[in-house]
Amino acid sequence: MKKLRVENIEDLEALKEKHYPLIKQRLGHRNGLGLTQIMVCAGSSCISSESQAILQELERELDKRGLKENVRVLKTGCLGFCQHGPIIMVHPGEIFYCRVKPEDVKELVQIHLLEGRLVERLLYQDDLTGKRIPSINDIHFFKAQERVVLQNCGVINPEDIEEYIARDGYFTLADVVLNKRPGEIIDIISKSGLRGRGGAGFPTGKKWEMTASQNVTPKYVVCNADEGDPGAFMDRSILEGDPHSVLEAMAIAAYCIGANQGYIYVRAEYPVAVERLEIAIEQARETGLLGKGLFGTLFDFDIELRLGAGAFVCGEETALLHSIMGARGEPRPRPPYPAQEGVWGKPTLINNVETYANIPIILRRGWEWYQGFGTASSKGTKVFSLAGKIKNTGLIEVPMGTSLRTIIFDIGGGIPGGKRLKAVQTGGPSGGCIPEKFIDRPIDYESLKEIGSIMGSGGMIVMSEDNCMVDLARFYLEFTQDESCGRCTPCRVGTKRLLEILKRITEGHGEMEDLDLLERLSQDIRDASLCGLGQTAPNPVLSTLSYFKEEYIAHVRYKTCWAGVCKALLDYQVDEEKCIACGLCAKACAAGAISGAPKQPYRIDPEKCVKCAACVARCPKNAILKGSRKETTVNENAGIFTGAGSQESRATL
Amino acid sequence: MPDYVIGEHENITGIEKQIPDQIEDKKRKQYRDLDNVIERYSKKPGQLIGILHKAQDIFGYLPEEVQTYIADKTGTPVSEVNGVVTFYSLFSTEPKGKYKLKVCLGTACYVKGAQEIMDALKEHLKIDEGGTTRDKLFTLESTRCIGSCGLAPILLANEDVYGEITVKDIKKIIRNYQKGEKIES
Repeated sequence: MKKLRVENIEDLEALKEKHYPLIKQRLGHRNGLGLTQIMVCAGSSCISSESQAILQELERELDKRGLKENVRVLKTGCLGFCQHGPIIMVHPGEIFYCRVKPEDVKELVQIHLLEGRLVERLLYQDDLTGKRIPSINDIHFFKAQERVVLQNCGVINPEDIEEYIARDGYFTLADVVLNKRPGEIIDIISKSGLRGRGGAGFPTGKKWEMTASQNVTPKYVVCNADEGDPGAFMDRSILEGDPHSVLEAMAIAAYCIGANQGYIYVRAEYPVAVERLEIAIEQARETGLLGKGLFGTLFDFDIELRLGAGAFVCGEETALLHSIMGARGEPRPRPPYPAQEGVWGKPTLINNVETYANIPIILRRGWEWYQGFGTASSKGTKVFSLAGKIKNTGLIEVPMGTSLRTIIFDIGGGIPGGKRLKAVQTGGPSGGCIPEKFIDRPIDYESLKEIGSIMGSGGMIVMSEDNCMVDLARFYLEFTQDESCGRCTPCRVGTKRLLEILKRITEGHGEMEDLDLLERLSQDIRDASLCGLGQTAPNPVLSTLSYFKEEYIAHVRYKTCWAGVCKALLDYQVDEEKCIACGLCAKACAAGAISGAPKQPYRIDPEKCVKCAACVARCPKNAILKGSRKETTVNENAGIFTGAGSQESRATL
Repeated sequence: MPDYVIGEHENITGIEKQIPDQIEDKKRKQYRDLDNVIERYSKKPGQLIGILHKAQDIFGYLPEEVQTYIADKTGTPVSEVNGVVTFYSLFSTEPKGKYKLKVCLGTACYVKGAQEIMDALKEHLKIDEGGTTRDKLFTLESTRCIGSCGLAPILLANEDVYGEITVKDIKKIIRNYQKGEKIES
């Protein structure tokens, strides 16, 4: 069947009409369709836990039982509750099943579809009350959010353009191209207060205006989908769950600045997102929403995908431009800004995925509405990805100005295992660690900057008392040092030296003067580096130094790692009371550090021990404890080897 | 039938006669595929990275020979091709094992103990990060965040994703691939 080519708003209306009843049912209307829809999450995280197999199994089972007529199985984007994946939703009823396995499908079909009862054991169980909650609308994780950008994720099938149209998709583009002047649109974007969601928070309207005012042609529109911050997966989820919102926004941007060609630069590490984008672009071309003469006007616009090849620095806009042109992704000094000289030396507008995803909604609902969310300086909502030591890892969207307490304890469910919150890392390798004391601060671009971190793209890594802040700084420096492109000296050599000092400290060879050196070197790198990667690389060091200095001092002066993470500062000891003298540990020890005699507690010689923890794994009585060296030193002085592990270090085992 | 046997399947005369031809055939096909890729991509400017991605899919890695070939065909200086290959971490100039094991060392996985997984794999396979086992079955690498942080820590084996893994799971996973290998051969 040949697809309808959309020429005007009426064509869009017709397509919307066709799919709207299905969408309406998914949004909670009981409209008597006589049809059940099963939405299977096909985000990367759920695919990793076999959601594709569930989908196939469902198809097979429905076929076998002759239910295909009345039940539809569809793929959908990420709902953000990744910790509980794979997730399946059944409509009508918005029934939310989590941690579903392919083996559960038979039961699901039998009990839910045929007998009309709920499969209790697969429903979400509330942490506090222990009650099973059938409907997504009653789950606190979702109730506490404000889903604006993510409104379509989990509701529509991302591989069907018509479902996007049924959610008013491409109507805004049609209205803009047919009825509006570019200046009007840029004015609305400026008034909305939208700022770049990629990290720096530059006003989006201003960027559009700058590119629009250039008198050079051709111009280009670029989408930065090189989401390289570890622990950040907002952009990936948008591209996987609602790719057309980005395509539509890019077309609107192109119309406003006067471009006819767009590029999406996406990481090769996101195969699912790449596939969905390819499908989306193809469908948009078939439907006439990309290509020559959109909506019967003279406006042409098409989009090409460009794949990254594993270089973090390519998220920096000038490096990204080089990479789009097929060259080494090295940054260059600005000015000239990409708005003046970008792809092929022509004016180029670069925005991040989430920024684009905001555009159609702002234009549809008006800047006044959008201004209703957020703080004085930061408007709208922000998508955050929660990861690390937190119960509900996943993706959330909240208004700007929400506090960390709400995000971590209310929506995120707190820290698992009753551990204490130590810090939250925001902004990835360019950001900083926020200590617990700032947990009630409203989060926006400015407030995070004031406390030494940045918004970044929205990754939040939660850390508990089991994480060592010196080790974390070392980890990030290892990352930036590895990813430094080598073009400018402060970054290439500076990060290497920083890393050496941090390694020295975590290995127990640090001196007190190293702490001053760290600080001075960090400032130099920040001031002298060429691009954002180098300028922000010292942030993890500076912020941990300012908030967790006592931890650095403990490593340097007392050679102790409180969290029990830095291997060189650890010692293993046998708990004499628990030891049954079976000798398994001595056999497991490759270094020959464990000795003992029958019926006597065994002992570990700290001088010979290589801290491989092989003995800990072998001991049947959990009698080998991980402690820090300081405690051993004290014990050595007292002439005793054993039993020094504190309650805390026992818990870390 | 000759009375001496190498391995379990092939005799020496067989190897001498067949293998070089097979290699030639395979190579010719690979270069034919590469020609198609280059032709398809060179219609638009700036597609070197795209071509290299496809070339690596075809050959498994990007040896000098392939880089030179691409440089000639696209009219790019070979220094520029090599510059791009060595800049990006996804391109490799060394052959890889059949299964590429990648431990995610992104922050979310790291704070959940990915380093221990990496150490255990090194110990178990007796190779270092970036190394390949002698039977060319496994290459051990670390990877940047793949964005499935909800399942941290993560191990990738080619396209298969293993989430929430522990040191204990590792032996089982490795054994499964080794077994699969035996069945296939």
